[in-house]
Amino acid sequence: MTRLVPTPSTGVIPERDLGKNPVLEVVRLGIDFGGLTAVDDFTITIGPTEICGLIGPNGAGKTTVFNLLTNVYQPTRGTILLNGVPTQGKSVYEVNKMGIARTFQNVRLFREMSVEDNVLIGLHNSMDYNIFESFCKMPRYFREEKKSHEKAMELLSIFNMEHLAEDKAGSLPYGVQRRLEILRALATDPSIILLDEPAAGMNPNETEALMQNIQKIRDTFRIAVMLIEHDMNLVMGICEGIAVLNYGRIIAKGTPDEIKANPQVIEAYLGNRRGESA
Amino acid sequence: MSTFSLIIKQIINGLQLGSIFALVAVGYSMVYGIIRLLNFAHCDIIMVGAYIAWFFMANFANMPLIAVAASILGCTLLGVTIEKVAYKPLRSSPRISLLITAIGISYLLENTAQLMLGAAAKKVPGFFTVETIRIGQVTVSTASLVTIAVLAISMVLLTLLVQKTKLGRAMRAVSEDAETAQLMGTNINGTISFTFAVGSALAGIGSVLYCCAYPQVSPTMGSMLGLKAFVAAVLGGIGSIPGAMIGGFMIGLTEVFVSAIGLSTWKDAVVFLILIIILLVKPSGILGKTVSEKV
Amino acid sequence: MKKKFNLPVRQLATVGAFAFFLILGNFLMEKKVIGLYYTKVLMVAAINMILAVSLNIATGYLGQLPLGSAGFMAVGAYTSAIIMRKVTFVSPALAFPVCIIIGGLAAALCGFIIGVPALRLKGDYIAIITLGFAEIIRIVILNIDSALGITLTYGASNLKNIPKTTTFTNAFIWVFIVCYLVNALMKSRHGRAILSIRDNEIAAESCGINLTYYKTMAFIVYAFFTGIGGALYAGYLGILNPSGFSFAKSIDILVMVVLGGMGSMTGSVISAAVLTIVPEILHAFSDYRMIVYSLLLIVVMIFRPAGLMGNKEFSMDMLTGMFKKKTKGGQRKK
Repeated sequence: MTRLVPTPSTGVIPERDLGKNPVLEVVRLGIDFGGLTAVDDFTITIGPTEICGLIGPNGAGKTTVFNLLTNVYQPTRGTILLNGVPTQGKSVYEVNKMGIARTFQNVRLFREMSVEDNVLIGLHNSMDYNIFESFCKMPRYFREEKKSHEKAMELLSIFNMEHLAEDKAGSLPYGVQRRLEILRALATDPSIILLDEPAAGMNPNETEALMQNIQKIRDTFRIAVMLIEHDMNLVMGICEGIAVLNYGRIIAKGTPDEIKANPQVIEAYLGNRRGESA
Repeated sequence: MSTFSLIIKQIINGLQLGSIFALVAVGYSMVYGIIRLLNFAHCDIIMVGAYIAWFFMANFANMPLIAVAASILGCTLLGVTIEKVAYKPLRSSPRISLLITAIGISYLLENTAQLMLGAAAKKVPGFFTVETIRIGQVTVSTASLVTIAVLAISMVLLTLLVQKTKLGRAMRAVSEDAETAQLMGTNINGTISFTFAVGSALAGIGSVLYCCAYPQVSPTMGSMLGLKAFVAAVLGGIGSIPGAMIGGFMIGLTEVFVSAIGLSTWKDAVVFLILIIILLVKPSGILGKTVSEKV
Repeated sequence: MKKKFNLPVRQLATVGAFAFFLILGNFLMEKKVIGLYYTKVLMVAAINMILAVSLNIATGYLGQLPLGSAGFMAVGAYTSAIIMRKVTFVSPALAFPVCIIIGGLAAALCGFIIGVPALRLKGDYIAIITLGFAEIIRIVILNIDSALGITLTYGASNLKNIPKTTTFTNAFIWVFIVCYLVNALMKSRHGRAILSIRDNEIAAESCGINLTYYKTMAFIVYAFFTGIGGALYAGYLGILNPSGFSFAKSIDILVMVVLGGMGSMTGSVISAAVLTIVPEILHAFSDYRMIVYSLLLIVVMIFRPAGLMGNKEFSMDMLTGMFKKKTKGGQRKK
């Protein structure tokens, strides 16, 4: 694949995953709601196994960026290339099939369904049998269902949740629901996973475990992770690169150390929250 | 009569019918705007209003204004009661439960009326002593002119109410975002009840005007009228008062002209076809806004 | 984890129980324990079961509220009846299953035509658009003959002399087939996708579920089975009139689904049986049937929105679960 690489590089950390094709390339992405520009000039490149943090004050447009990346909102301007393929004009489910999975800020599980079924929905497109094979109970139906069941259990084991497989998803504690949502996203076999505030509502111990698990997921599945988070310990602890968003624009990009030292960031963001993030 | 005056007469008939649809449509639209409920019972409130009008006209035929007042009052009370008893307990339930309850109420009113008053239609005595007025070459019925005039006045008053008064502001605020409105100190329950009251009062007016146009009442008279009024509300853009009026006129005129060219058995089908086409082409209607769900 | 019976055993047991039910029914009818009148009631109950189970696909599983059951029923009934009347070269009993399927397919086609536009819309609009569509179908059936100058549906003057081919046995065999197919659908990835749409559309889409495809699929399956119910209804009545397929018919079916519990197939079956048979036993009640139905809708929604069964299914596991509870004094192994 030959593609013009813009200079200077748009990567959060330019030297990471050097020589590999980036999983996600976003060029000058922007959206207007009515006359209001919610996100503008959003340009970023994410390497195939990078953990990238997206931070910024409330209302900076972080979740809007996720909605743009998953085509929930059609961007007004700009291009998104996923593994080199533009996602323009695709619908939400097609973008997922192309390789972007996500979680939601306010957890969106299938509350009435069992934990295992939630994961099986994620595995939906990897199962290969048609409706008539399920009507006639053909061998392929049983084979695929069995394979998916095993895969679902394997995924649940990442967060030690196998024993919860038959529980109703809506009845789980909040933290467990968040973890289940991550597993469901992983089940769709993405090349990049977008996590919207994965540590919200978790205590420090749980957050610590989550950090290790995010790294574990990246290492096992060899995928990129992009996360929105307010917990600075988590962001600084696991992100290799961080982008800071303010008023819909990226005001800084770089490694955690660079971001910590950036005066603009301190003024716009960390400065106001120093007390909380200490 | 010349073709020209015939056409004028049909247009006036269409506007008359359209005015009734518009009055009913506004009720649907307001309720939908505020609690996102397609109030199936609205059409049966009209039926009850018509029965009240019939009762007073049959007994006190010389005092039509009492029938009008009783009908409006009856509808208002009924509307508010339905809201308090059946819809309020379900405010936090899934929308489908609310809709099923509304269907239940509609069905309950219809069948109670049928059981109490019989399925046969009852004739309503005329409201006007002077039945027709001659303007130039065209003879029009008094009922048509009164209906159109009443609609115009109601719409002006309603617009003033919604745009200029404190209650109107509360209504707009609740329909925009009920939770935030509550945090800002709006009395949600009161506002919703008030909306039902206004919508039902308009249905009361509509029911009397309907009795003027088609002087008979039956337990099932509301369902078709209500459905068409709902089509009018959707056509004009649900949640919009001028939209309901435009929608009402369009449906009224369509129906009259479809009948005039000899296809009266198909007129209901045509109205529903219009609905399906509107929902396909522009689901938000002529004057409606598109609302997208927050992710 | 719960211990479940393995599949072949469960399937055999279900088929066995069903066969026993059919033989018992036929035996009781032969011995005149169940008279002609109640045989008919049971046939209506079977038809209502099919209608309720199919509406439950759209309402309980997909979470939409179509009010057009009567329309799809009418399409199924008229299509199958018209063909049955024309086909004289084979015995009606042989032609009937084919006609039922053709009736179902005709209804499914209508379901596709109406479903594609309707399902792009949200919630209440689907109710109103399907209601309007059912009304259009009724008007078309009523007026098509005079409009085109043909004799097909006979409009308001009844469509008569339809072979009365619906029997107790074949009606319940269709109930069994429909339930089996719906159950197989819901236990597959397609069924799960439909359920996920009900639970959370946005999440389902972000998990790669094609919303339009699965909504339309569920809707077509609903229309197809409703059409089958309609075809059986035609074979039961022997005479059809468009006024029999009014809005009231759609509401009757909705009451069954709501009472049984939206999302429970067995709930739909049980409540269809109860709501068909009980009113027939209590004759005095017939004047108040509609009022009781409407009160049922309201009261169930306010006090027990989950209905009789919630979204659970009545099964052998449930029975054995209850049995274990009793014998072990509520101590169940986890």
